[in-house]
Amino acid sequence: MQQIINFLIRYKIFLLYLFLLFVSFIFTFQSHSYHQSKFLNSANYFSGNIYEFFDNTTSYFGLREENESLLQENERLRHQLYNKKTNLSDIPAPIDSLEKNYSLVRGRVIKNSFSDLRNYITINKGRKDSIEQDMGVITAKGILGIIENTSEGFATVQSILNEKSNINAKIKNSNHFGSLVWDTKNYNTVQLVDIPRLVPLTIGDTIVTGAMSSIFPENIPIGTIKKFDLDKSKSFYYIDVSLFNDMTNLKNVYIIKNLHRQEILELQEETLSNDQ
Amino acid sequence: MINSSFFINILRFTLLILVQVLVFNRLNFFGYINPMVYVLFIYWYPIKENRTSFILTSFLLGFFIDIFSDTLALNAAATVSIAYLRPAIMRFVFGVNYEFQSFKLNSTTKAQQFTFLALLIVIHHVIYFTLEIFSIANILLIIQKTLTIGLASIILCLLFSSLFSTKKE
Repeated sequence: MQQIINFLIRYKIFLLYLFLLFVSFIFTFQSHSYHQSKFLNSANYFSGNIYEFFDNTTSYFGLREENESLLQENERLRHQLYNKKTNLSDIPAPIDSLEKNYSLVRGRVIKNSFSDLRNYITINKGRKDSIEQDMGVITAKGILGIIENTSEGFATVQSILNEKSNINAKIKNSNHFGSLVWDTKNYNTVQLVDIPRLVPLTIGDTIVTGAMSSIFPENIPIGTIKKFDLDKSKSFYYIDVSLFNDMTNLKNVYIIKNLHRQEILELQEETLSNDQ
Repeated sequence: MINSSFFINILRFTLLILVQVLVFNRLNFFGYINPMVYVLFIYWYPIKENRTSFILTSFLLGFFIDIFSDTLALNAAATVSIAYLRPAIMRFVFGVNYEFQSFKLNSTTKAQQFTFLALLIVIHHVIYFTLEIFSIANILLIIQKTLTIGLASIILCLLFSSLFSTKKE
């Protein structure tokens, strides 16, 4: 007994070091395989508020650009609205809640990163704005990521520039879909995989989100084809997509909630369990 | 006496975290170079202090950086490792001298200070990027990131340490 205690005292520094290293490994590896750590993320009261304070002071410098991009978005939306086939007055007055599929919340990016392998963005909307895990996040130009963790007032977004990211996407005006992943090399380019080789492709084609996802609505722009090649199996394409979004300069975002997501997931679960 | 060094350390701790997450994590020089200047805390920490509290503080430092930058616990693991290895590195760089009471970092030569800082940063970065990338297949990427970002960190840390040098003329 005496010897054990002596041993512990003599190596207490080393044991402390091993313990702390072990703790950090647990935090690191549990989230390599699954979602980002529940505790270690910047969507907490403390870091969220510091980031928001900093953002409030620096955001004035970009107001003119921000204004310009919002005006452009408005212009585009108005263009769509006025050129619709139906008249404005034909739109049924109050939209029934049963007919609504998606609801939107606006938010602001308070922390952005794009130089790591697993990039996360922090936004200033959280549980009190009814933001939950697995909601989609987009900007006026295109897709951005998926909500990963939330706190009372903040949320972290798993950016599409994250090696764990995997989003259903397709070629515009066709129904050939694949998965959107990131090879961690370049923050302007993501990769679309699993598109069969029989699909006709041209450089410059637009890639949009697919209908298979219960997170994003269909046809949200992602980017254009930069380069494509067959993958190792020679039966699927490996497509480099250059993004519409400038991932280094993000400010205003929209968070999309699919109001039927719960129902879709339950139905899929039920179908799977019936199969077995 | 204890209080003054205690407060200086708390101040350093807070300022280094804020500078790291609000300034250097957003630098993105060449698209990916974000120097890690908070390693200076390990470099500056008093030599005679209790080792247990030193390791615990270093762990907390890395932990806070992790919380801010959404990097799991990579910074915590790397920082606690260099904090643990610091005495061994010091013995390697300064010889047995550093165990004497009169030893001061300022009284050593510039080359020794540089080697000490560079070793701390290189070990820190190797551990950090190995854990971040975590695949032997990408060993070139690990080496490339360690070298480029390590170089940037060394340059900035040297600038900072000469800027805030405590040496009185």
